[in-house]
Amino acid sequence: MRIVVPLKQVPDLVEELELNDDGTDVDREFLKFVLSEWDDQALEEALLVKEAVGGEVIVVGFGDPDIELSLYTALAKGADRAVNLTGLGDGWIDSHTRAATLAGWISGQEVDLVLAGVQAVDDLDGQLPALLGPTLGWPHVGVVISVEGKDNTIQVSQEFGGGKSARLEVKLPAVIGVQAARAPARYASITRIRQAQQAGGIEEVAVSPEGAAGIEVRRLFAPETTGHAEMLTGSPEDVADRILDLIRSKGLLK
Amino acid sequence: MPNDILVLADHLGGQLSDATLELVGKAKELAGSTGGQAVVALLGAPTLADSVGGADTVLTVDHPALANYTPEAWEKTLLAICTERQPRLVLIANSTIGMDLGAALSAGWKAPLVAYTVGLEADGGDLVATAQVYGGKLLAEVALTGDHGVCTVVAGSFPAAGAGAGSPAVEALAPPAGLDDLKTSFLTMVEPEGGDVDITASDVLVSVGRGIGSQDNVELLQELADAIGAPLSASRPVTDSGWLPKTRQVGKSGLKVKPKVYLTFGISGAPEHLEGMRDAELIIACNTDEAAPIFDVAHYGTTVDLFDLVPAMTDKLG
Repeated sequence: MRIVVPLKQVPDLVEELELNDDGTDVDREFLKFVLSEWDDQALEEALLVKEAVGGEVIVVGFGDPDIELSLYTALAKGADRAVNLTGLGDGWIDSHTRAATLAGWISGQEVDLVLAGVQAVDDLDGQLPALLGPTLGWPHVGVVISVEGKDNTIQVSQEFGGGKSARLEVKLPAVIGVQAARAPARYASITRIRQAQQAGGIEEVAVSPEGAAGIEVRRLFAPETTGHAEMLTGSPEDVADRILDLIRSKGLLK
Repeated sequence: MPNDILVLADHLGGQLSDATLELVGKAKELAGSTGGQAVVALLGAPTLADSVGGADTVLTVDHPALANYTPEAWEKTLLAICTERQPRLVLIANSTIGMDLGAALSAGWKAPLVAYTVGLEADGGDLVATAQVYGGKLLAEVALTGDHGVCTVVAGSFPAAGAGAGSPAVEALAPPAGLDDLKTSFLTMVEPEGGDVDITASDVLVSVGRGIGSQDNVELLQELADAIGAPLSASRPVTDSGWLPKTRQVGKSGLKVKPKVYLTFGISGAPEHLEGMRDAELIIACNTDEAAPIFDVAHYGTTVDLFDLVPAMTDKLG
């Protein structure tokens, strides 16, 4: 089975997000970028499927900041090929553009399955897998928590609220939006990642952007908080006393 | 029709979601500005038409392939309805169904989409959506300037005004071609595993997030929870990592809880989590990032390191 896993870098939300001068995007200059956490889950699920039924995992980047490290890390974890689609620019790359560009690349590759992160923290114009499916004319299922393959079909579990999930059967080729892999994402040691970097092997493919989101972002702004927590400060002992008093005030501690 | 606001009814197992009623209420309000109707598309469960009395029209489509949700069957049907009726705007709840169909409809119908919408107003001829981005740390104001658009809407964004006592016109539509020949088939629904603690039944929850760092630290929090007499609950990253069972997960994809006291450690407050706990009576949050969104819904907060605070609390209860 040939599985493609698109990988996307997003701003690390641990960092403060500053806005650019016209307020329509985050200021990307000093931001730290990390692999989108759902993409890491999709990669893990792809590696599990490959281990179960054989095949090949191809990770595909979009030229995002520091994507090379994520691609090399994926190779160190067991991906077979890494491709970086370059030429999409330095700013926010919307999901419509990513989907159309990826669909263009996939159409020449005899791909059976795309496992993509179900969402990302900056997919304001929609989630990549649900855009990619219709663009390729393939069935798609999102919010998936397990993928098991056999021959030309796969069975997936699609998660709903309250812990319910539906088992669906999907004929390949298909696009699956992964919410969580069946197992925690594996780690690649620094040594293995360095080995992958030294071996090289990222295939750079220059592309022209296709597609467009068709939305006009007027401005980004920090949410006005209707309320903010009253902050408890002082030593850990002081704060511990205050919190326990609050719980006691609800009659819930002796 | 061109000025209509169309709502996709979100339902599972014969239950219409609350989010649908929130969307119908908003659709009614917007339709007043656009000069159209509030129309509900109800796929596969015609008997639920009575539940959306606030709408002007309910379009029902019935077919065996629509009875149990699959993205393929519902997408074909929704796309056929939109292509035929060309509404100004389609509202879909940002549920599992919305995550499948919002973007798919955007691609198929060639209409722009604003995902994670939390606000929506008519501004002259334009519709302006406000949407969460970057895990709710920022909001985006986005104009939908064309003839058509789609918004997937975060639950709880609008009042649930759609139940209404009206009597909408019910129009049964013929299913689109192709529903007998699909590549996706529904097999079965899997209910959550029972047997573990029921976190929805507890007056106090000690809830842990990614900030606890590793599974080894669960024990530290368990000691505090035991001393308080509360079960441990968790945000999604903790259960996804297998540090606690899925039955402990609070949030949109986990359980909704409403305890008297909800105490969080190392939870930043992603929208997915807030959706499951914001109605708790008293929320006390501990997170070292003073800008964490959890502090916007918590009543009390502290940035004291949990590894100092938790042992201090446990000691005082010992």
